[in-house]
Amino acid sequence: MKKVYVNEDWCLACHLCEYYCAAANSGAVNMVKAFSGEKKPIPRIRVEESDKVNFAVQCRHCDAKPCVRGCIAGALEIRDGVVSCNEEKCVGCGTCILSCPYGCVVMDEDNHRIQKCDLCVKNHNGEPACVAGCPNRAIVFEER
Amino acid sequence: MNYVIIGNSAAAIGTIAGIREIDSAGKITVISDEKYHTYSRPLISYWLEGRVSDKNIYYREPDFYEKNGVETVLGKKVQKLDTANKSVVLEDGLSIPYDKLMVATGSKPFVPPMNGLDKVKYHTFMSYDSAKAIRSEIKDGAKVLIIGAGLIGLKAAEALTAYNAKITVVDMADRVLPSILDSRAGAKMQKHIESKGVKFILGTSADEFTEHSAKLKNGMTVDFDMLIIAVGVRPNTELIADAGGKVERGIITDMTQKTTLDDIYSAGDCTVSYDASSDSEKILALLPNAYMQGEVAGRNMAGREAYYVNAIPMNAIGFFGLHIISAGDYSGEEYVEETENTYKKLVFRDNMLKGYILMGDVARAGIYTSMIKERIDLSEVDVEMLKEKPQMMMFGKARRLEKLGGIYT
Repeated sequence: MKKVYVNEDWCLACHLCEYYCAAANSGAVNMVKAFSGEKKPIPRIRVEESDKVNFAVQCRHCDAKPCVRGCIAGALEIRDGVVSCNEEKCVGCGTCILSCPYGCVVMDEDNHRIQKCDLCVKNHNGEPACVAGCPNRAIVFEER
Repeated sequence: MNYVIIGNSAAAIGTIAGIREIDSAGKITVISDEKYHTYSRPLISYWLEGRVSDKNIYYREPDFYEKNGVETVLGKKVQKLDTANKSVVLEDGLSIPYDKLMVATGSKPFVPPMNGLDKVKYHTFMSYDSAKAIRSEIKDGAKVLIIGAGLIGLKAAEALTAYNAKITVVDMADRVLPSILDSRAGAKMQKHIESKGVKFILGTSADEFTEHSAKLKNGMTVDFDMLIIAVGVRPNTELIADAGGKVERGIITDMTQKTTLDDIYSAGDCTVSYDASSDSEKILALLPNAYMQGEVAGRNMAGREAYYVNAIPMNAIGFFGLHIISAGDYSGEEYVEETENTYKKLVFRDNMLKGYILMGDVARAGIYTSMIKERIDLSEVDVEMLKEKPQMMMFGKARRLEKLGGIYT
């Protein structure tokens, strides 16, 4: 299955992927609208940076899927290998945050439910916004 | 193959998933004394609070049984296991044969003997029916006394504030949530919950109950319209014990989740697990643990060898918007950071991270969890980064790229 991978040698830590991710999942028609409200949308991808190396991390859609197995509400779903959250069912208990070894599940703006990368299958983007928006092609979407 | 599962919660659903990974044809029968489609037990407080609808309390979609080829026998209690004839005997006399049996009977509320308790009406809070009973009786602004400041008691308190209840919580322990928090974190959470109007009386217990009133051992008297007992739970081990299977604090299984009885497996809150963080046997009454044990059992029941390893105590929970994530064992060298709204404690032993408590800021806690489960030696990580916050940066490049599936260059 195609997944998002990051080449940490090429990441500039510009954080654009975070903005594209947050905007794509905010439901807003464009970046300006997405960030002009009082509540800023939260990205599901996160850039880690140091003086030596930078890289973005988001859901690996891993084989073990401890988030799905441990979900107390049955809110995390797997479709064609892609893990996504049924926001109507999620109660924001954080068991998936406790379980994810990559630290890739985040609380939403209201602290009431979680959100996570679903490879943009549920938003209008169609393909991962972080990949499309990376200016240095450090983030790729491919089969490995 | 004819599979029978006693129980209909997380461990049972995990068992079905495990079986169906391997055997799509075998017959599966689920028996439960509760009449409901599989529902999420931890969601009953959210349901009572009104945050979860009647529809969303269910743990799986309405067509789950149909899709997985599962027959259900609901609202019927199992009386005993007839291991000689490999069948399960129901209270109404019906006998259901099995080739492989899963006992996922969970736990029940523990109600210790207390003076006068037999003469007053009280509730427990562990099942959908118990939540429904509370909902049908609670009146706006009612005085509620909750005995027990653990996870169940405090979740009940949180839910009942939605009914403007005047809540008093009494616990013998001198702090709240003693099973998952240390005293400093407990004090922080207590203050937070108190700020929402809940009153605590700690370090004492009920001496005597009379109608609508409890006299405490410290001399105080608490009046109530509703009484909830939430002092703890006990595993349902009787079926296995009566059939001659090994039971200690819970049902004993091997790493394949098989009990000491032939062709009988067990998973979830009724079993004893091996806690990899403290190297000891414990009851790990946690939903993820139940599901994953069930899954391992299901695979073994269907003939594929699988082992359940690396279990640790862990909890994610929140009260009135303040989140806690904790995991592992708390004995060892401590590193603590505290601000007005957050608390972080990391516990190190044998040059490994063994346990942690995060309150307020729980972001990326799972990276810490994986450190404990994978028993990663501190020499393999940047310890200052580890202490700062959970981050992939703390791992060396090779391990990080292996974890993230990145490109080696």
